[in-house]
Formats: sequence, structure tokens, C-alpha cells
Amino acid sequence: MIPQFLWDHAPAMTVAVPLLAAFLCPLIGKFTATGRKAWVLAAAAATSALALFTAWRVYTLGTWVYVFGATVPNLSVPPDSGGIPIRIIFEVDAMSALMLVIVAIVGFSVILYSLSADGKRSGLEGYYTLFLLLIASIVGMVSTGDLFNFFVFFEISGLASAALVAYRVEAGRAVEAGLKYFVVSTLAGIFMLFVIAILYGQYNALNIAMLASRMQFTMLDKIALVLIIGALATKAGSVPMHFWTPDAYALAPSSVTALLVVASQASLYGLFRLIFTLYNLSLNAATVGWVLIILGVLSMFVGVTMAIPQKDVKRLMAYHAISQTGYMLLGVGTGLAVLGNVAMLDAFGRMAMEGGIFHIINHAIYKGLLFLTAGAIIYRVGTRDMNRMGGLGHRMKWTMIFFMIGALAIAGIPPFNGFASKLMIYESVYLFNPVLAIIAMVVSILTLASFVKVFHSIFMGPQLPEYEHVEEAPTAMLWGMGILAALVILFGLFPQQVVDSLITPAANALLDQSGYLASILGGA
Amino acid sequence: MALTLSTGSGFWNPVVWLIAIAVVVVVVYLVWRRGEAGYTAGSAQVKPFISGNAEPAKKVAQMPASNLYWGFTEALSGYYSRVVPAHTGIVTDYLLWVLWVTAALFLLVVIT
Amino acid sequence: MFANLPYLTVVVLTVIGLSIILLKRNMVKVTMGLNILTSAVNLLIIVLGYREGGIAPIYTLAPQTYMVLPTPQALCLTSIVIGVATTALLLSFTMVIYRKYGTVNVAEMRELKE
Repeated sequence: MIPQFLWDHAPAMTVAVPLLAAFLCPLIGKFTATGRKAWVLAAAAATSALALFTAWRVYTLGTWVYVFGATVPNLSVPPDSGGIPIRIIFEVDAMSALMLVIVAIVGFSVILYSLSADGKRSGLEGYYTLFLLLIASIVGMVSTGDLFNFFVFFEISGLASAALVAYRVEAGRAVEAGLKYFVVSTLAGIFMLFVIAILYGQYNALNIAMLASRMQFTMLDKIALVLIIGALATKAGSVPMHFWTPDAYALAPSSVTALLVVASQASLYGLFRLIFTLYNLSLNAATVGWVLIILGVLSMFVGVTMAIPQKDVKRLMAYHAISQTGYMLLGVGTGLAVLGNVAMLDAFGRMAMEGGIFHIINHAIYKGLLFLTAGAIIYRVGTRDMNRMGGLGHRMKWTMIFFMIGALAIAGIPPFNGFASKLMIYESVYLFNPVLAIIAMVVSILTLASFVKVFHSIFMGPQLPEYEHVEEAPTAMLWGMGILAALVILFGLFPQQVVDSLITPAANALLDQSGYLASILGGA
Repeated sequence: MALTLSTGSGFWNPVVWLIAIAVVVVVVYLVWRRGEAGYTAGSAQVKPFISGNAEPAKKVAQMPASNLYWGFTEALSGYYSRVVPAHTGIVTDYLLWVLWVTAALFLLVVIT
Repeated sequence: MFANLPYLTVVVLTVIGLSIILLKRNMVKVTMGLNILTSAVNLLIIVLGYREGGIAPIYTLAPQTYMVLPTPQALCLTSIVIGVATTALLLSFTMVIYRKYGTVNVAEMRELKE
């Protein structure tokens, strides 16, 4: 039923299809604009289907090793190579599969939304090219098993997203935001290249599995670890390197912002992948774990307190994205801090990691939903300033309902998905250190407070005379938001199913370095 | 299928919550049914009642977003007066922060 | 001392690049500082592949089989291309900001703060 071609080559197709579609976009757009919209939608649907198929196969059959250019796709160590894996290898294990599921869901909803939100703008020939290129680069970042390949996709995503942020030039604000984002992203890329130089110079390997098997934790490796944390935590938007996040997220078109959230999480995935699989127990787990925890707590607290006095609705949501990234760092940092202690790892370490990883997918879904609703409001009203909005609940009922679902989810209110992952984080981090769990709960309350402010000032209140003409958002946008809202409710009502089928394999894959090595080095 | 999410030290079952919400909705409905059934549209019955005073203009009655949490920001003014100015808009300062954090991580990870 | 000269060059270029991006206020200079930093890391990658007495890694009509490592040279080429795209995009952003704001001073393009 499924062609043999897909069974063999789906990981490569998931990168190749959006890449090819991206570069054919301007050509098709030259003839018909509607044809371009159909082409983009078809490419997004195909990419999401391929990503979901890859993820499904990985979850049922185990890690998928795909070698580019070998005689058979899983021949990672050819007989004449002397026991060294050669060629670029994509290793899709359960954690990568989870990120592929996120890209599939959010990527398709966002492109569906963008067809009507950005459909009337000019300069669209470059816009959809960059959009599909960004999706391709995120898929590449999460599937690859090669350090330099990760760097290349990392830079592609930085370039594509910076150009998309600066897309609507108008008064130049968006270009300023794109510039600031891109300068910070370039510095992070230079750090990553430095890490590659250090690790390649020592071990003569670029494949993550090969490096992991040869890793002795020398002084140079410690320097490389610090540079990795610095670069990837910056791109993920954690305090105190978060300054680019509010600028870039606020001024990008809303569909781009939802995808930027996924790109930041792909950098976070890269951080976890390199710490857990490349270094694993060779590093000082307690110190590095506490480093991640401190970054997480700072992100949570500074993010939410900076969000409360904001006037710009998307800037406020961007600060909340920083804050929620702190939860993920806290959860996984707790798991890392007890990595050497098997008793504590089984008692609460695994649960903390599962909570942090579950929060990644939950955050992608509800944050995407919130940014899309903000985009719908800005599309109809024409301003991002909350001081000038009011009483929109009279006219935009569906948008209001979707916003409520997203806001309750991000605040961690049952029965939505945010509550499930936050509960896992609270309970396991409490066993590690009660103060951290209390800070996390206080931040959750402040999140709810700030979203009550947003909800009240945008939707509640009397119907203002200048917004008499405002109608509900267009249908394509409602469908895009509806997919994400349905998933928020679904993940909230069936959390144990989601954790058992998606999250626990991912956490186990992250913790189990020997399984990762065996898939590549153990032969075909 | 088991709907209970079990964390290591507790559990959460969404079905229990849904039953609780259903009970609350039923109670709310019963209370709502005891209200007045009919009203005349356009009369004083549909206008907001502010103890007999005139309703202020829509613009005056709206509380803008910046003023909603004045008490909170005022109480934490010691914190906000330091953190908010740190968010200058200057891009070289952003790079400086990245380098400071990397340097601090050097000291933490490499020296210990 | 001479054996370490390339590494010393890398250090000098890195320090120059870092000091430019932190101390200069002109956006064009900051872009060039990032470019110098990229060049420093590219040089490091190439130098790490050098083997004493090796020749260029080309098999056709090679006088000997002991060659320098070719992989770092491939990495460096890719990185140079990425650097070109990066510098081009940064400079085009700077141009548009100059057209809209009238300045290339980083301290003055501060419309977005807090």
C-alpha cells in the first residue's frame, strides 16, 4: 500500500520535498498566483504526511538510520571503511520523531493560515520560497546525525527566518528586528563552527555517534560544551540571551512567528541532543544540569515579569514564549542533574525529562495557536497596540474562543494540555528541590494574570465605535487555528496516551546513548 | 483505556474534571432558569445599571491595557527599574550579553 | 614558534573580530567584524587539517600519496558560502535601515526596546 520507495527513502524525502517545492515556487508564481497557493499547500501537505510517516515508522519499528549516497540506505559502516561510519547519516530516533510530529502539525496549520493572512501582500514570490525553506531546514536540523550537517541546517534556518521576519519593510521596524535577530544568530553560528573545529580537530570525526564513542572529556571538550550551550540556548531564546526574541516575534508576520517558535525549539532539541547523546555521562552531569536549571528559572521569571507591562500583544506573547522555554530547560535540566544517580533518575528524573519534553510539543501547539489568533486580530483591526483595542469579543467570536483555549492552556489550567505537562514538571522538580517547583508555580500564576489582562483588554468591554466594521477572521485562518485548538483539547483529555506513545520513547531515546551508538556503529 | 496520567508521585484524571465541570454547568443552568424570561428590547432593561447614574461614553469607560496591572508594576518597581532598562535596543549589547553568559559558563563548567 | 603561527593568527583575528562587534557603533563595521570572526574560524578549520610534508589532496598525477586532510577544506568551503550569504543579508538589512531611519549607528536604531 505504501510504495517501497517511501519505506526506503522517507527521511531524505522529508527534506527534499519542501526544498524542491521552495525553489519551484517563484517559477510557478510567475504564471498563476492561485497556482502558487495551491502548490504551497500541496507541498506543505506532502511534507507533513512524509514527516508523520517517518515518525510513525520510527515509533513502531525503532531508530531509522538513513545514509546519503550508500548502496543500501542503512549501510552506515561500509565494509571497506575500516569500522568508521562515512557519508552524511540521518539518524531519526524517537526524540527526532517527536520533533518531526511537531513540524508536521504546526507547519501545515501555519501554511493553511498564511494562505489567507498573507495572500494579498506583494512580494510573495520570495515569501513562500523562504517559508518552505524554513520548514525544510527545521526538518533537517532534527533528523540529522552529523554535526556539520546540523550546523548547515542551523544556518539555513537562521537566514530564512531572518529574511521572513524582515519581510514587511513598511517603516523599517521589521527590518530592524530582522537585523537584530540575524546578528545574534550569526554569532551563535560562529560559536557552533568553532565547536565543530574543536571536536573535529581532536577526534577526526563529524558524525555524532562516532564522536560520542571517541569522547574523552578533555579541557577542549569542556570549552566545546560551553560554546554549545551558549550558542544553542541563545537561539532557543533563554534569558539572559533572549533580547532578540521579543523584537523578532513581534514584528514578523504572524504565521512566520508560529514557525519561529518551532525553529527555536529545534535549537533546543539540538542542545539536548548534543548534551545527552554526544557527551552523556562523560560530563559533570550535576554542574551542567544545574546550569540548565538556572537558565530555565531565569527564563521563566524574567520572561513573565517582562510580559506583564507590555502594550504590544505579540511582544507580550513573545515574552511568554521565553518563559515557557524556561519550563522545558527546567524539566530536562533536572533530568540531567540526576543523570549519574540511578535511584533518583528512576524516582523523578525520567518524569522530569518527560515533563520537559511533553512541554515542548504542548508549547509548540498552544503558542502557535496564540500567535495565530493574535495575527487574526491584527489582520482585522490593523494595530498591535492593546491600548487601542477593546470589545472585539462582540464580533470575533471564534477567534475569542480559540484565544481562550490557548490562554488557558499556556497558564496550565485543566483540562488543557499545558496542565498535564506542567503537573509532571511540578511534581518531579519538587522532589529534586522544592524551591524550583514553587517558582514554577508562581510563574504559572503570573502567566494566567498576564493573559487575563490581554483577554480583557482585547475582547471584553463595550463595543467600541471604531470597530463596528470588524468581522470574524477569514475561513482559512479559522481552519488553521481550529486544527491547533482541537489538538490542545485532545492532548489535554488523553494525556496518558500521548505520554505513553510519543513522550516516553523520546525521553528514553535521549537518555539511552548506547542505543543511538549501536544503530549506527553496530552495523547495517 | 486508562485515562489517568500518572506522574511519579500523583495522578490526574481529566474525566474526573469533566464530571465536575458538568455538575457545575448543570447548577449554573438551574440558577439561570430562575431568571426573568422576557424583556423588551431597546428599553432601560438592556442598558447597564450603574445605580441610576448615566452611562459614561464607551471610550471613557474602557480601561486601557497599560493601566490594568499598575499595582503590580508599582509594587515591584525595584525589580522593574533595573530589568527594563537592561533591554536597550542596541544590538551590540545583545552580543555582549551572549559573550558574558558564555564567559560565566566557562568559569562554572571548566573550572569546577 | 613558527609551527604555531597559524594558530596565533586565528587568535589575533578572533580577538580583532570580537572587539569590533562589541566596541564599534557603525552597523557596517559590526557586519565586517562578524565576517572577520567567520574568517578566523575558517582558518582554524583549515589549519587543523594540515599535515607536515603533505601535498594538496588531489589524486590525479599525484607525486606522493601523503596528503593533507581534505574534509576540513570541504567544511571551510561550505562555511565560506554561508558567510557570503550572511554578510550579504546583513548588509542589505543595513541598507534598508539606512533608507528608512537615516542612520547606521546601532545606538540610534532603537525603535524596539524593552
